[in-house]
Amino acid sequence: MTLAFLAIAFVTVAAAAVAMALRNLIHSALLLVFNWAGIAAFYLWAGAEFVAFSQLMVYVGAVSMVVLFAVLLTQRSPQSFREQPDSISRVIGALLVGGAVLGVLFGAVLSSRLAPSAATATPTISVKELGSLLMGPHAAALLIVGVILTVTLIGAVIIASTDHAESGKDES
Amino acid sequence: MSLSPLQLCLLFSSALFCVGLIGALSRSNTILVLLGIELMLNAANINFIAFWRFGPAPAAGTGVVFVLFSIAVAAAEAAVGLALVIAVYRHQKNIRLQEANRLKG
Repeated sequence: MTLAFLAIAFVTVAAAAVAMALRNLIHSALLLVFNWAGIAAFYLWAGAEFVAFSQLMVYVGAVSMVVLFAVLLTQRSPQSFREQPDSISRVIGALLVGGAVLGVLFGAVLSSRLAPSAATATPTISVKELGSLLMGPHAAALLIVGVILTVTLIGAVIIASTDHAESGKDES
Repeated sequence: MSLSPLQLCLLFSSALFCVGLIGALSRSNTILVLLGIELMLNAANINFIAFWRFGPAPAAGTGVVFVLFSIAVAAAEAAVGLALVIAVYRHQKNIRLQEANRLKG
């Protein structure tokens, strides 16, 4: 039980760390797919199957494809996906800030007296219960999320679409 | 040293959050910054699931429902962010953060 969790956590964090350290953008994006799949495995381990499959469909299926398309569309030379190295001071500052936040979080978690899980009865939530929760008490939020997704889709298409007429006007 | 499973989950999510934070602060490629932010969002979702699984009141499925909404909003955010990246690339043929400084005073 714990061993499986430790393996999942190690693979997930290692994939994320290597992805954030690599120079090659395509490799980073593909490693992040591993990371998202590892998080889905964690959800399965924790007993939230529906969330795990949503994570697989949304992240591993959709967001990774969008990221790969964005990487491919924003490269000047198709031969190299390597980017220029970042400035050293920026990297050192980021490592300092991240290490400080990590220390604070670890200290807070380790020193807190969290209530031990009573009897460790695995909570289960069936898809039927989840559906009645979504359509019952959370129906308003569900509708709002639908509106947000629609507006986002239209907005993303408008932002990313080519504006030939406008650019032609600018040049003339 | 005996860590409860809840603490292990919280350590896992805070490690993932810090990896995302370091990535978002250190990289100068806009796509990687966006991916770092996605990592931080995922770490927050892990916290919700951990507290639902090991918390005092697991019967209410609030944690699961919240993660579902969070995933939906994160997908929308990724779509808009990458559309913005493509728009920036079209304007300046480059997606390095340091060169997107047109609004700099």
